[in-house]
Amino acid sequence: MPKPLRILIWLTVAILGTLAIATIALHRGEQINAMWLVVAAVCTYALGYRFYSKFISAKVLALDAQRATPAERLDNGRDFVPTNKWVVFGHHFAAIAGPGPLVGPVLAAQFGYLPGTLWVLAGAVFGGCVQDFVILLFSVRRDGKSLTEMAREEIGRVGGFVAYVAVISIIVILLGVAALIVVNALKASPWGAFTIAMTIPIALLMGVYLRRLRPGKVLETSILGFILVMLAIWGGQWASQTPSVAQVFTLTAPTLAILLILYGFAASALPVWLLLAPRDYLSTFVKLGTIALLALGIIALRPTLHMPALTRFIDGSGPVFAGSIFPFAFITIACGAISGFHALISSGTTPKLIRREPEARMVGYGAMMAESMVAIMAMIAACVMQPGVYFAINSPAGVVGQAPEAAAATISNWGFTVTAAEMHSLAQAVGEQTLYNRTGGAPAFAVGMAHIFSNSLGGQAVMALWYHFAIMFEALFILTILDAGTRVGRFMVQDALGHIWKPLGRTSWYPSILATSALIVSAWGYFLWQGVKDPLGGINSLWPLFGISNQLLATVALCVATTIIIKMGKARYAAVTLVPLAWLVLVTFTASWHKIFNPNSRIGFLAHARQLASSAAPSHELSRLIFNDRLDATVTGILIFMVALILMESAWEWTRVVAGRKPARVKEAPFVATRFAEEQG
Amino acid sequence: MRKMRRFVEILVATLREIFDESAYARFLGRNGLNSTPESYAAFLREHDLAAARRPRCC
Repeated sequence: MPKPLRILIWLTVAILGTLAIATIALHRGEQINAMWLVVAAVCTYALGYRFYSKFISAKVLALDAQRATPAERLDNGRDFVPTNKWVVFGHHFAAIAGPGPLVGPVLAAQFGYLPGTLWVLAGAVFGGCVQDFVILLFSVRRDGKSLTEMAREEIGRVGGFVAYVAVISIIVILLGVAALIVVNALKASPWGAFTIAMTIPIALLMGVYLRRLRPGKVLETSILGFILVMLAIWGGQWASQTPSVAQVFTLTAPTLAILLILYGFAASALPVWLLLAPRDYLSTFVKLGTIALLALGIIALRPTLHMPALTRFIDGSGPVFAGSIFPFAFITIACGAISGFHALISSGTTPKLIRREPEARMVGYGAMMAESMVAIMAMIAACVMQPGVYFAINSPAGVVGQAPEAAAATISNWGFTVTAAEMHSLAQAVGEQTLYNRTGGAPAFAVGMAHIFSNSLGGQAVMALWYHFAIMFEALFILTILDAGTRVGRFMVQDALGHIWKPLGRTSWYPSILATSALIVSAWGYFLWQGVKDPLGGINSLWPLFGISNQLLATVALCVATTIIIKMGKARYAAVTLVPLAWLVLVTFTASWHKIFNPNSRIGFLAHARQLASSAAPSHELSRLIFNDRLDATVTGILIFMVALILMESAWEWTRVVAGRKPARVKEAPFVATRFAEEQG
Repeated sequence: MRKMRRFVEILVATLREIFDESAYARFLGRNGLNSTPESYAAFLREHDLAAARRPRCC
């Protein structure tokens, strides 16, 4: 293509993107079309990929097309396999995209669509995509080493230990909060509970079918599993309308929590092929299909956003979670903007599949852009609802009251009109008894998604089916995370305990399996139980804790990346990772400070504990709530202290290298020329 | 038309990789086996530990 034409095209993209961002940023008091968000996102990602990621590739990382990757050098057809870049892209995207980019933006929509959207775009282009890309490339240059191994080798032993603790912490908190989202979506919902319960025998059936009848035919089995899940959704309607069955599946939040804890324990101890693997396949199948369907639905419907650009809750008084835009919008949306968890994937399976170094750009930077787009779609799904409906679904009873009329009156007084009759008819339309106080983001996202789907295909008559499809979709992959996360956590604990007593490290020794599974399940189960019993809905305290731990893991990843960049002799370009690192340190440390010490009892854990202690006569229940607040404050404090340690150790390392007191030497695998260089130019 | 065919090929290859069908095919090729319940069980024994250690993101 001639250069002037290329310049013209990119100039057009830049102008269009600027126009779209100006439209979403400057419109006040009138509704805008969701397509402005889509155009702003597509143009921003295109410019970020074309110019910023290219700059990083060329100047900072100096991607070498002549250098063989571990997939080529260590090719064993098992872990290390040189794979087509589009295939690796799809594989990587399927691994990084979970419920986070769907739930975070839905919760952050309480500030209006503007803060979350801007953070998703800027956070992804300058933070998340950069983190995923550089960690992937550094892992590729170190034979696919993990983040914790790189932290230990490049920063020091403290770095390695902090990375390990950060990973375990984030897994435990993530599992607790993910389970809480499922509980809040399924409580008092016989249709949803029936459908999700049915996915367990379906997964077991798939496991047996795959192992005994059609070995290795995973796609075929997943399609069959998907058909069975669709039948389960349809059957859920029957279950909810048959009083004797509905009674069995109408479950309270504590009952659901206990069932999930038992399920998590069983799933962690059962053979992988029987439950974990088939559920993982089924969840991935549904996830990829639904994300594609949602994108098509938004483009087909081009819905109007009813949520204003900014709401009155930017002052920190929001009902969904308490706290002002800074820092809370930035920890509420992690996945979709920047997520430390991605660094685990980027230094896990993916680096062992990359065929040529330059392809790390498309896989690392590009797949994160795709996930960021999912977050934009979630923001749209939340904002197409009437704001009054959004707040009625997402506000806990402790804030708006238990009775429908009282909740509707409170929300209407905030300036977001909603009536009890409107909420009742919406609940009926989606086949639920009530939609009030369904905190956690999943039900609100499901209502938004059902709105988009039913208006694109099938009309209001199938709204209930689409709603329960969306609930099933979210719950299914959250349960997959519970299975996989509990097991990953169990292995990490076994690895560590194996240093103390060898048999505990044996992953096939049943006493060790049961003990470590129980340990991990108890840890996340405790957070889940705490959330279920929290009068403010649990999400108010647990989601920020999850956001903080996720962003702290990103801080660890960016510390590793900055250290390596400086040791590569590229200190002049260290700002590429240092700026997002500085931002995350500012955000997470401020958020942690607020969560521990803020005098507002809806924000600060200690203030809440003090309020409880002074508000009522002592009781066992009250003592437990106070203990939970103090525990949350302690966990936050320990996480912050650990990250401060790794920051100090990193800064010490940077200073010594830059001052010339330590040789700038990276621990990369030696250079070997690739045999793929010629065929691809 | 050729581009369309290439797109479908890549899509199928991606799905086969995501769903571990390619990994199973490589396993069969590496060990010179036919696809049977026994060889799939052997593949799962080799593959399970790696699959179980693979985190799924939030």
